Amino acid sequence: MSAISRDEVANLARLARISMSDAELDHLATEMDVILGAVARVQEVAGKDVPPTSHPLEVSNVVREDQVVPSLTPSEALSGAPASHEQRFKVPQILGEE
Amino acid sequence: MSLNYEQAVEKYEPTLGLEVHVELNTKSKMFCGCATEFGAQPNTQTCPVCLGLPGSLPVVNKKAIESTILIGLALNCTIAPYSRFARKNYFYPDMPKNFQTSQYDEPICVNGYLDVEIETDDGSKSFRVEIERVHMEEDTGKSLHVGGSTGRIHGADYSLLDYNRAGIPLVEIVTRIIPNTGKYAPQVARAYVASLRDILRGLKVSDVKMEQGSLRCDVNLSLSEINSGKLGTRSETKNVNSLRSVERAVNGEFIRQANRLTSGERIIQETRHFLEESGQTRPGRSKEQAEDYRYFPEPDLVPVIPDNKWIEELRKTLPEKPSDRRKRLQQAWSVPDKEMSAIVNAELLDTVEETVLLGADPTKARSWWLGEISRIANDRSVFPTELISVKDVYQIITLISQGELTDKLARQVVEGVIAGEGSPADVITKRGLKVVSDDSQLMKAIEDAIAAAPETADRVRGGNIPAAGALIGSVMKATGGKADAAKVRELLLKHLGQ
Ligand SMILES: [Zn+2]
Repeated sequence: MSAISRDEVANLARLARISMSDAELDHLATEMDVILGAVARVQEVAGKDVPPTSHPLEVSNVVREDQVVPSLTPSEALSGAPASHEQRFKVPQILGEE
Repeated sequence: MSLNYEQAVEKYEPTLGLEVHVELNTKSKMFCGCATEFGAQPNTQTCPVCLGLPGSLPVVNKKAIESTILIGLALNCTIAPYSRFARKNYFYPDMPKNFQTSQYDEPICVNGYLDVEIETDDGSKSFRVEIERVHMEEDTGKSLHVGGSTGRIHGADYSLLDYNRAGIPLVEIVTRIIPNTGKYAPQVARAYVASLRDILRGLKVSDVKMEQGSLRCDVNLSLSEINSGKLGTRSETKNVNSLRSVERAVNGEFIRQANRLTSGERIIQETRHFLEESGQTRPGRSKEQAEDYRYFPEPDLVPVIPDNKWIEELRKTLPEKPSDRRKRLQQAWSVPDKEMSAIVNAELLDTVEETVLLGADPTKARSWWLGEISRIANDRSVFPTELISVKDVYQIITLISQGELTDKLARQVVEGVIAGEGSPADVITKRGLKVVSDDSQLMKAIEDAIAAAPETADRVRGGNIPAAGALIGSVMKATGGKADAAKVRELLLKHLGQ
């Protein structure tokens, strides 16, 4: 049984606002299935006594003091933007959403 | 629409839930050192972390964690021994990272409550609002939709993004369903947000300025037929940003849903927007398939594990509860319920208290702040303390009690201070507003008044005390209103042998 269906991949693409052809969906569904299969084998190794982790190191409470450090200048901040206007990032209109 | 509110509440009962977002007042952002100043020039408070540039790493602001724990403690929550951040994935330009860092199934505070009081037909009644969770997240950037006819997103030609607000620490406070509110749902919702705001203000963790968006409320409401035992489909009215609007949004949504249900239509689970002008809501994004955020633990941040010592140290810094403080001050000032509510509703409790702490008489402090000064402030749509300082008001009140100013003169002093003529002392000097308290000067005016109306004076001599009113009036007129009327009366009656 496959770990991820073609429909699920199509749904992910929709959520990520990526348009995909049928061929691309077929290709990706197969590829992602292989990746998930590999991850599933790792999961098998962990016994019930091993808690799920999101971080490889046993550290917690890493914090910084509430101090302001200089920000980028607006031109630096906007330097990677495809388009800008009035010191703001300019993006295409957003369709079908409110 | 056919049903009005009274008819709607006879047929349906509400299921109410509230989500409040509060922006913390930390100096720097949640995960980076960018400043958090409101109203700064666009994109002047951004860095690789809050712009989501590749390779940047977030680090949590300690003060933000502490503020959130304080909020949890003030709301009687349990502080979770282990909590984590998660990525809430969504693709929308207000978050340049394509996800919002939030807390999902492991929030930092859980299971609290807040008791709120409202006025009902049977007197005041307390409702317990249970808090499901208090969690940390970050605010999003601000979009400006350009073009199109409505200014709404749909139909806009393009959008402009300012990321100054992206990454400002945000705390979300989520209630459980608030049961049995019935027809009082709008008032309970309002009282809850008001009490919460007072608590947050007391904790000094946020500016709690609803009009600037630093405190905003999402209203979840569904209706079911009374005693049907069923739960209806809910709508979520987003970003309601004043206390009055919270009350109106619940009311408006109650009426809308009741009318749909009565006419056999179904309620769509959706996000709605509150319309300030009409008090109604309009549909926004439909949630039926949109809500799929693919949450997963944030790999760039480590867990937050607050130990007991840290929590207890924070607990020690908790201020007096706003409801306790209100009771204490009311008793100390001997203020009737109604007037205490007026002070609280005008948001002048802090101001009146500060004035009293300087030494002013509580009754006078209250009447000046809520009377003359509030009236001028309302006319100009500003807050009273933006017009005149607590210290100036204290000085004016002191001068009144020392007999140096009459109420009438004091009003002119207030006016002068507000007009920027300087301190109360400056205004008194410049405008020549000192009370005429010099007895010899007053006696001269009294003798003049008697000479001008000898018959009236005779009547007073003969025991007709009320007749003295006319003479006092002439003295006040002659001194340009600068005399103390009580003093004039005393001197005049004595002079006429009464
Ligand atoms: Zn930043």
